[in-house]
Amino acid sequence: MENNYSKSQLTFLVILRLFIGWHFLYEGMVKILNPDWSAKAYLMDSQGMFSQMFINMSSNAGLMKYVDFLNEWALVLIGLGLLIGCFSRLSSLGGILLLFLYTLSHPAFIGADYMIPMEGSYFLIDKNLVELAALAVLFVFPTARIIGIDNFLYKVLPVSFRKFII
Amino acid sequence: MEKEKEKNTNSHKIGRRDVIKGLATVPLLGAVAYGLFKTRKRTMLNRDISDVFHISSSDAVFLQPKPDGKQIRLGLIGFGIRGRQLMRALGFVEPSEIDDLIERKKVNPDDTRYDLFLEQDDLNIVINGVCDIFDVYGEAALRAGANSFREGSNGKMGPVPKRYRTYQELIAADDIDAIVIAAPDHWHGTIAMDAARKGKHVYCEKPLTWTVPETYMLHQIVKETGVVFQLGHQGRQTACYQKAAEIISNDLLGHVNLIEVCTNRNTPNGAWVYDIIEGSSPQTIDWKQFEGNPDRIKEYTDYMKSNGLERYMGPEERDEFSLERFFRWRCWWDYSTGLSGDLLTHEYDAVNQIMKLGIPASAASSGGVYFFKDGRTVPDVLQTTFEWPDRDVSMLYSATLASSRDRGKVFMGHDASMEVSNILSITADRNSERYAEKISQGVITTDQPFFTYVPGQSKVDAVTSATELYFAQRGLLYTYVNGKRYDTTHLHLREWLECIRQGQTPSCNIDMAFEEAITAHMGTRAYLEGRTMYWDKDKKEIVRGEKA
Repeated sequence: MENNYSKSQLTFLVILRLFIGWHFLYEGMVKILNPDWSAKAYLMDSQGMFSQMFINMSSNAGLMKYVDFLNEWALVLIGLGLLIGCFSRLSSLGGILLLFLYTLSHPAFIGADYMIPMEGSYFLIDKNLVELAALAVLFVFPTARIIGIDNFLYKVLPVSFRKFII
Repeated sequence: MEKEKEKNTNSHKIGRRDVIKGLATVPLLGAVAYGLFKTRKRTMLNRDISDVFHISSSDAVFLQPKPDGKQIRLGLIGFGIRGRQLMRALGFVEPSEIDDLIERKKVNPDDTRYDLFLEQDDLNIVINGVCDIFDVYGEAALRAGANSFREGSNGKMGPVPKRYRTYQELIAADDIDAIVIAAPDHWHGTIAMDAARKGKHVYCEKPLTWTVPETYMLHQIVKETGVVFQLGHQGRQTACYQKAAEIISNDLLGHVNLIEVCTNRNTPNGAWVYDIIEGSSPQTIDWKQFEGNPDRIKEYTDYMKSNGLERYMGPEERDEFSLERFFRWRCWWDYSTGLSGDLLTHEYDAVNQIMKLGIPASAASSGGVYFFKDGRTVPDVLQTTFEWPDRDVSMLYSATLASSRDRGKVFMGHDASMEVSNILSITADRNSERYAEKISQGVITTDQPFFTYVPGQSKVDAVTSATELYFAQRGLLYTYVNGKRYDTTHLHLREWLECIRQGQTPSCNIDMAFEEAITAHMGTRAYLEGRTMYWDKDKKEIVRGEKA
């Protein structure tokens, strides 16, 4: 496709995509490789206006199996998608959705005291939200059609895929 | 237009440059995989310590109720603070209190006390009699005892129990099989003895006894009558203590030479300054009965006077009515066993359960009334050291009622130390021999616990990860075991009832209770007399050391 980005724009947009992809993929794989991992403790520690929903979720063992499975594999697939640039727009949207859910369960409110202490100081905006915004940037400035598997998909898939998928 | 046209076409050819661009980032997967491989190797392989740390993966075992057990008819003596708690653990709560629990849940959905109460097992019991010498408590006990359906006000109620004015009448009743004693300390032994003589099974709150002589009598009577006796140390039902006992018997701490147990409280309520209840007066309180059993009073008075301890008696006359003394009796030796009887006993019983130490060879105490100078005679700060030279171990009990700094129950061994509460954690000693190799390999670190046991969590052969440790220490993860949370007092009462049904012996039986009582009395006497107390194993009696 036609490349409207300058060289440096493209370079840093791709780097941003790789960094986020790397982060998601590694987070997901570590969880999958640890058979004892569960989001239960994290959800039990939820605060803010939706906390009750997440806490209820955590106490439902049957539901947690699916939650853990979906979370683990979503992280991996999103990470993979961003890293190799395959279905990158869809991956960005998926990442935004996951980070949005994390934010809902652990909002950076003043006075919210979480079990796993954050390493910095945050008010409303924490690193999850920064990463969420970065994914939105990647969604509106897609790069995988230039550097990535989407380069091929762009050419073979129907045009309708370009809006949200590649 | 040109652009539009281009957008709608798929007719691009894929060239060599496209392939390079398309696959440019794929090699990064190798780098991620390498990172994962290293992480996994580190977290999985290097955490195995099963060669030096042998422990079973079994969870704690509690005596399970048998179906079709017969209904047990209970009588309750004492419906004060503890009596109320015991009744709740048995499944009987005043309707107004249920209303209160429901209201609390409405205001704060996180308040799950009501749900927990409803989820408790039905113990298949009926409360046929209650006895309290204070009318307000006596009437409240009737309302709780009738609430067999666990309903709020206007709910369906069961038959109302009979209220007895004296415990003697209650234990003589034919429709009562077993009794629960939650009277003040100076009545425990007497009521338990009389009930056992009548063939009633007994659940008695700690401490076992108020005087030393009655300790021997009660022990003998329970043995002779064969009633099922349980002392109220609900810590016996703590899953972690069972695991701790296994750790000790597997010698995983090395030689344990010092144990530190503590009490730390810092509120008037914690220091036994309880509320004076509305409606209390000489008309509603049977003071004569409160004074105590004459035989016990004589044993107490004889001991105090013959050892020059009059300053610890009174100061008011025993027959002088006093609301303070009625509601806050724990503050005076005239009725109380002080920190030793009230709180040391829980700690000692936990240690005795874990290490099976028995009665110590000696006890030395010090302390004083250093904060609550409200006229009390029992100390609010107390230290007692117990020695077991045959086991080469000391136990330090250290208590204050005026500082809530949290200090755990710690077992210090040559190779590791173990801290036990609702969870259990073990920290390796930096000079350990058993763990030396693992420490030098970096598998075990000595600056934080390398092993934690949380009930319900079965993984026991690996070092606890930092995150697991964090959750474990906060205790949040495992409040529920197998989806159900149990109150230890409920389990302790359930065990006693099942032992009655199944003809078994409860975990805190009369022998355990005897060891607990003698140990506490040694600590108390050491404090009062200001000298070390020794236990003569052969003669089975407390022997005085030289006055310091």
